[in-house]
Amino acid sequence: MFAYTIRRLLFAIPTLIVISFIIFALLDLSPGDPTSNLPLTIPAEVREQIRVSLGLGEPFHVRYLKWMQQFFVNEPLNVIEGLTGWTIGDGDRMRVISWQTRSPVVDLIVQRLPQTLWVVGLSYIVSVLIAIPIGVVSAYKQYSWFDQFGTLFSMIGFSVPTFFMGLVLIVIFSVKLQWLPSIYDTNLRVTDLQTFWMQVKQMIMPVTVLALFNASQISRFMRASMLDNLSQDYARTARAKGMSERVVVLVHVLRNSLIPVVTVIALGIPHIFGGAIITEQIFRVNGLGQLLITGIQGADLPLVQTLTFIFAVLIVLFNLIADILYGLLDPRIRYE
Amino acid sequence: MHFRPILLGAAASALCATAAFAERGSDGQLNILYWQAVSIMTPYLSNGTKDVEAASLVLEPLARFDEKGDMVPYLAQEIPTLENGGVSEDLTTITWKLKEGLLWSDGTPVTAEDAVFSWQYCTHPEGGCAQSPNYGDVTNVEAVDPQTIKVTFGGPRPYPYGPFVGAQSPVIQKAQFANCLGANAPTCTEANTKPIGTGPFKVVDFKANDVVVLDVNPNYRDPVKPAFANVILKGGGDPASAARSVLETGEFDYAWNPQVEPEILAQMLAAGKGELVSAFGTLVERILVNQTDPDPALGDERSTTKHPHPFLTDPNVSKALSLAIDREILVETGYGEAGRVTCNLVPAPEINASKNNDWCKKQDMAQAAKLLDDAGWTMGSDGVRAKDGKRLSVLYQTSTNSVRQAAQALVKQWWNELGVEVELRNIDAAVFFGADPGSPDTLQKFYADIEMFANNFDGTDPEKYLGDWICAEIPRPETQWQGGNHPRMCSEEYDELHAQLGRVAGAEKRAEIAIKLNDMIVNSGSFIPLVHRGRVSAKSNALGGVIMNPWDSELWNAADWHRVQ
Repeated sequence: MFAYTIRRLLFAIPTLIVISFIIFALLDLSPGDPTSNLPLTIPAEVREQIRVSLGLGEPFHVRYLKWMQQFFVNEPLNVIEGLTGWTIGDGDRMRVISWQTRSPVVDLIVQRLPQTLWVVGLSYIVSVLIAIPIGVVSAYKQYSWFDQFGTLFSMIGFSVPTFFMGLVLIVIFSVKLQWLPSIYDTNLRVTDLQTFWMQVKQMIMPVTVLALFNASQISRFMRASMLDNLSQDYARTARAKGMSERVVVLVHVLRNSLIPVVTVIALGIPHIFGGAIITEQIFRVNGLGQLLITGIQGADLPLVQTLTFIFAVLIVLFNLIADILYGLLDPRIRYE
Repeated sequence: MHFRPILLGAAASALCATAAFAERGSDGQLNILYWQAVSIMTPYLSNGTKDVEAASLVLEPLARFDEKGDMVPYLAQEIPTLENGGVSEDLTTITWKLKEGLLWSDGTPVTAEDAVFSWQYCTHPEGGCAQSPNYGDVTNVEAVDPQTIKVTFGGPRPYPYGPFVGAQSPVIQKAQFANCLGANAPTCTEANTKPIGTGPFKVVDFKANDVVVLDVNPNYRDPVKPAFANVILKGGGDPASAARSVLETGEFDYAWNPQVEPEILAQMLAAGKGELVSAFGTLVERILVNQTDPDPALGDERSTTKHPHPFLTDPNVSKALSLAIDREILVETGYGEAGRVTCNLVPAPEINASKNNDWCKKQDMAQAAKLLDDAGWTMGSDGVRAKDGKRLSVLYQTSTNSVRQAAQALVKQWWNELGVEVELRNIDAAVFFGADPGSPDTLQKFYADIEMFANNFDGTDPEKYLGDWICAEIPRPETQWQGGNHPRMCSEEYDELHAQLGRVAGAEKRAEIAIKLNDMIVNSGSFIPLVHRGRVSAKSNALGGVIMNPWDSELWNAADWHRVQ
């Protein structure tokens, strides 16, 4: 298992290098220009000067290698310096600079991460907590009214797009009832009960929208997996041994059915970091998803390249984690 | 301690006296929403309106434009003119005097050196300053004494109010930006996001593309202003929800540019929590008529002056196309409060707006058809007019944008009715406006017969803007397809008259020439004006003092904004 993990990790390196090249090349070839959003009153010579000052004057391979150096060497060194307080070298390194904000991309990401983790991460936890019981009960009492209701719930959650659901919630709870704020305040610091309550209030709607969407997916996986296992021989054996239904369902069947679901959940985690672009935009949570979308709109290539590459790293990493988890949970599958 | 109550009483009465005017910081928090989030706080490195306007709360120029387009001194004592001797007789220098006792928000004095530095900062060749056109033709800026700034131009400048006037060219603090010249500009994150300024507010927290928090500037020159103690400038989301947050939920006081379909806005206004404020600057949505042949068969020579357009060079055709358009309907469906019908290239300020082209205001299909009939364009059996084997069939391009596509569809319908075949095309805005000489789809290359977009000019003087229509400005391969004369109109008479504008001083005489130039363009057959577009913002009923300004930043008078009960 250990050897397998090491092998997979080593194999991830060339994969990521290829991915970084593809991302860089694709974005570079795509139409769009950071100066195209400037008003038409700005003359062509000035646009050209701006382009050169952004480093666009250099050929593709030079820019790619520069970005590689900035991302793989300079930025990690900066993080180490920040964490330990050491000074490595002269401390003056070229960082990946966003064109739009002229500030280091990594700082922007660090600034955005808390909102995204709070809102999107919490919604993911909530959805897992809702989805697993629903899946279990739905499968155990297949075709009961609860199962029918669960199916309806997941159909709604899955088929109603988040932008519509978000808008409906805003119209009901912000416009009509005026209970909840429609705009997320990223400056709010939780210091006492009152600010905590404000934080809860502003998180309710975005978390609900996202949780509903995720829960509907996971609950279907859970239900299917439970149904598979409930009809297995070992479940019958357990019952024949005289075990209580509680033990049969919650200990024997549930544990086994969780194996594929855990994989699905692990594979979904990188999406948390990707943020929920649309939901963040609707509620103005302004996390990583909104950062990515403003970067794309402003043709801010360094920002988009760095963000998409970080997402790629996370996806590769969590694929690996999911595979390893699978091996740990199910002794029949061991990669040796 | 007998005098203590007396002192308190005196203090209380003093407070009461000023309360009538509202004192500094007494009105709490002002919430402003820009759905395009603010990226940076220096207009010199900025990418657009949102950044320039956010920065205007902090950084100030020597003079601003007011809502009528007149100049108002801000950091300067008065506006220099020929009469008061501030502008030299030969029109090559302008001398500004700073107000007495001005302080930066950090407490240090503002001096003429700061203005000199602002010029050096923006004109540094490696800096990539977005506002350098404001300093075009400036050969020197010097500090005559700590209060006096002398700007020298390369030649006579009848309109010398480019540098240090308006939200685009404010004065920045030399001490803060000293190490940020040229290639170092982007590395000064602290200075770029939290500039020290002279405006009513100062930045305390900046989250790029998200939110800016500002507090009262304790050293603001007017001791009773601003009324608000702090400002939250939130960004992100979409225009509709921005409008909703002011007009329906009342969470915000002011929302910038709620570009939403007029009927949706009307629904939101019905909640009675706020209103729309609008003002009209110089932005005109227009159709350009290609005077050269965009036929792909011409290869490298397509859309160049070597091949005149087969039928659009006939002024009757473009006049008929113009008459067939019902501009009222375009305004109603696409712009509502934010648009009105125009027949000019230069629609404002009042003094420069021509009244000679009002024939275009009303749609007149019969007249349009008659024009084409008389010119020999007869209706064919396929419903398309033709003459000498040339069919009136056009390719009509614009940028991708729902309002523009709706306008395209309407115009196509009217032109089809007239007997003109229309093929529509829309191009991603980043490409269309991208000016990339390698792309065939830019507005400069104009590989189409008709194109539509909006353009305007900064400030109130149209000289530079009208200069886009001289022959030398025609985009062509030799200029890497750069240049402002997109429809490739060329008239010697026009070029001469424009050169004359560069020599004449005095608002009235300049306006007379500007109107003549405007009329020549409108009647040249290369330009079809559509809609005069204004600025619109939504403001809450609880916010007072807002004066919408099309000539400067919308937040230009934020120091006067206050809470109304």
